[in-house]
Amino acid sequence: MTTLSEKILGAQAGTYIDRHVDRAFCHDGTGIQAKIIYDAIGAPGIACPDSVYIIYDHIAPANNSQTAELQAELRALAREYGVHFLDIGSGICHQVMAEGRVAPGEVVIGADSHSCTLGALGAFATGVGASDMAGIWVSGETWLRVPDSVGIHFSGSLSAGIEWKDAALSYIAELGMDGATYAAIEFTGESASSVPMEGRLTLCNMAVEAGAKTGLFYADKETEQYLAGYSVTCQLQVPDKPDYVKDCYQDLSDLEPVCAVPHRVDTIKPVSDLAGTSLDQVFIGTCTNGRFEDMARAARLLKGHRVKVRTIVVPASEHDYLKAVNTGVAADLIKAGCTIGAPGCGPCLGAHMGVLGRGEVALSTANRNFKNRMGVGASYYLCSPSTAAASAIYGEITDPREVI
Amino acid sequence: MTALKGSGPAVCIGEDIDTDLVIAGRYLRTKDWNFWAEHVFEDLDPGLAKRLKGAVLVAGKNMGCGSSREQAARALHEAGVLAVIAPSFARIFFRNCINVGLPVLECELPGCHDGMTVLFDCTEGWIEVDKARYIFRPLSSGMQEILSTGGLIEYWKRRLNR
Repeated sequence: MTTLSEKILGAQAGTYIDRHVDRAFCHDGTGIQAKIIYDAIGAPGIACPDSVYIIYDHIAPANNSQTAELQAELRALAREYGVHFLDIGSGICHQVMAEGRVAPGEVVIGADSHSCTLGALGAFATGVGASDMAGIWVSGETWLRVPDSVGIHFSGSLSAGIEWKDAALSYIAELGMDGATYAAIEFTGESASSVPMEGRLTLCNMAVEAGAKTGLFYADKETEQYLAGYSVTCQLQVPDKPDYVKDCYQDLSDLEPVCAVPHRVDTIKPVSDLAGTSLDQVFIGTCTNGRFEDMARAARLLKGHRVKVRTIVVPASEHDYLKAVNTGVAADLIKAGCTIGAPGCGPCLGAHMGVLGRGEVALSTANRNFKNRMGVGASYYLCSPSTAAASAIYGEITDPREVI
Repeated sequence: MTALKGSGPAVCIGEDIDTDLVIAGRYLRTKDWNFWAEHVFEDLDPGLAKRLKGAVLVAGKNMGCGSSREQAARALHEAGVLAVIAPSFARIFFRNCINVGLPVLECELPGCHDGMTVLFDCTEGWIEVDKARYIFRPLSSGMQEILSTGGLIEYWKRRLNR
């Protein structure tokens, strides 16, 4: 029967459609490129300014004058057309959009590959490049090919010290880096309803690492409750025996802490096999794992300890940062010796705030460990916030179950 | 206008080439498209950039995975690549190539050696190497329209002037 993508897009898999875009967002990096294309097209204006968001997160605050000048240009465009503009410190575009700016059933297009994160809310959310974003500014719509869907069926429950990030890395390893290319991933099964929103955001965020167009959870009571916190009305979605082109079964009870090893996100090893690997840096943050719950889990382990390796924590949003401050989580992190950065992407894309040097080894809660990305000649492992925190305490890769 | 058919010597690259390897994050913040052409593939093979003018890039599966950065497609186009062939593409890179006017051909070739002559026709959907012809599904009519006008800038200019 019909998949959630087919329902939202109103057409069968394989069909090409032109679709109105409910939310269109970009960041400082893709936004300036979209502006260049938009200016070159010479359109009379932005078609639906109220659905357009520009959120500064990638190199925020600016790292040099050239970046600052480009960012100033984009600020001017935002002012001129009256689109939603969220300046430095607001947070990572995906997280900021998830904070009450997206509702289930919407079509959400972001000029960033991790836009699939917002499928956690039951929206059809996918990434495009700068030209496509400029086209959406011009017309309010874009073309899409309705994707086939891959089903990931969850059963069981996570054990202590195991996180949704471990589940995410495990499903990516099972599918492979192109295991869901052009397809949507639907997270379903008897345990799907028990996945909290922060876990859904982490799981959907990584869908693109398997090549997927998006990752989706059906909007349920958890979605309703989460969105009620932002006064957003939630239309519930019920699976209609959807037809999947591929199925992947994951018993959450069987999972253990894992790392994706350099330099492939689909190549994982149990943390216990890597224990003792010496580290130069630990980074906790990003659109995958920079949320309040991630920082809180890290803080719980770090409390009363002092990190043995430089540790950078970058909150995913102002909202998450403030919550960390108000609950004492931020203080615990600072007392443990962590450096807290301004909300945003941090060093993930290798541009600022903790880029690695040649030969350095790091642990990161991000979603990509591509060669040279976070520092030329460096190597880094991807893991959960608990694994990152436990490893920061000892300065080497450590199984979080030994610390909790 | 983009040439939907052509020929050129092959430049072979591997599987799962991510867009960070096509153009590194540290080079993204500029309006100078030629700057990306100078630094294209720098972290993969610094000698590659000079060999791309008039070449057909032949990649392994999952070409262009990772970041949505359009600069990757733009860098290849500016460097003079005529077309990119791969058995599969990451979807955002695929769209970006079409949007910058760079033909993408989803086709598995039996092998690749640098310099082999590759003939291609996007409209009819074939590639010819060493007199052997490989058929692939042509691009959708919508994608062909964007590509043939030279990319999304020209495409939207035309649409707005209609």
